[in-house]
Amino acid sequence: MTTKVGVVVFPGSNCEQDVVEAVDTIGGSGELLWHKDSGLGDVDAVVLPGGFAHGDYLRTGAMARFSPIMDAVERFAREGGPVVGICNGFQILTEAQLLPGALYKNRGLKFLCQPTMLRVNSTGSILTRDLSIGDELNIPINHFEGNFICSEQVLAQLRDKDQIVLTYQDNPNGATADIAGISNENGNVVGLMPHPERAAHPLLGSTDGASLLRGLISSG
Amino acid sequence: MSTAFDVAVEVSLRDGIADPEGLTIERALPALGFGGVSGVRVGKSLRFVVEASNEADALQQVEAMCERFLANPVIEDVDISLSPVS
Repeated sequence: MTTKVGVVVFPGSNCEQDVVEAVDTIGGSGELLWHKDSGLGDVDAVVLPGGFAHGDYLRTGAMARFSPIMDAVERFAREGGPVVGICNGFQILTEAQLLPGALYKNRGLKFLCQPTMLRVNSTGSILTRDLSIGDELNIPINHFEGNFICSEQVLAQLRDKDQIVLTYQDNPNGATADIAGISNENGNVVGLMPHPERAAHPLLGSTDGASLLRGLISSG
Repeated sequence: MSTAFDVAVEVSLRDGIADPEGLTIERALPALGFGGVSGVRVGKSLRFVVEASNEADALQQVEAMCERFLANPVIEDVDISLSPVS
């Protein structure tokens, strides 16, 4: 059966069509969900895409976490459903406290839009379970606030519980411990700043993002 | 009987968290002839009016707003001041 991936559209999201396209390309079925929906329908996985949900007013993700659909997303996540937040979606997941830490302005105050080399640091997450530790992935970033910050205590927990999913080879934004993506303890909720949907076709210069998204497809 | 309170909330980055904006401003000041400035931190301030039965109640409401929505305790601290609307 084809895995159905729900992609939540907030006012100001702008990567939702790319995610749907990427999911369809690798054999899943992408479906848009509206942030005012109260349920998730019959989707097998949820993606919160990149963009500027609610204009990033107050803080990135601060308004979006209170969008009506987020109750259903939180329930789905706590029941073990696969939930992935990409870029702004990662920021929303931290604001919703489905993932620890926070994302703050890049060191250097530059909006960064460039390919980055990532290293797979854990295979315990929904996105990386078919990959190997040490695998290198070439996936672009596109953000101003991707600098991952957490307390020493949270960092120690992330390390202990194998929740650091992806790290940057050459830290572009000042993120703590070179962190590009983390998961919750169960591995079913993942947030990452790089955009796998923008590296899901040879025409885009890399298919390494498809390798990550395939984890979502095989989960259904 | 409820009273209206003017509320000012200052949201600032927690100590120990690098503030790239503050740092950039601090570096720019000497170039403009303003020497001797250190410790620049950038934050934001919110102003609003809240109706409450008394000052303690107003403060409690504002604290709850800050905790749930207005600030992110992972990276930010808040400083609340309020006074009856004159």
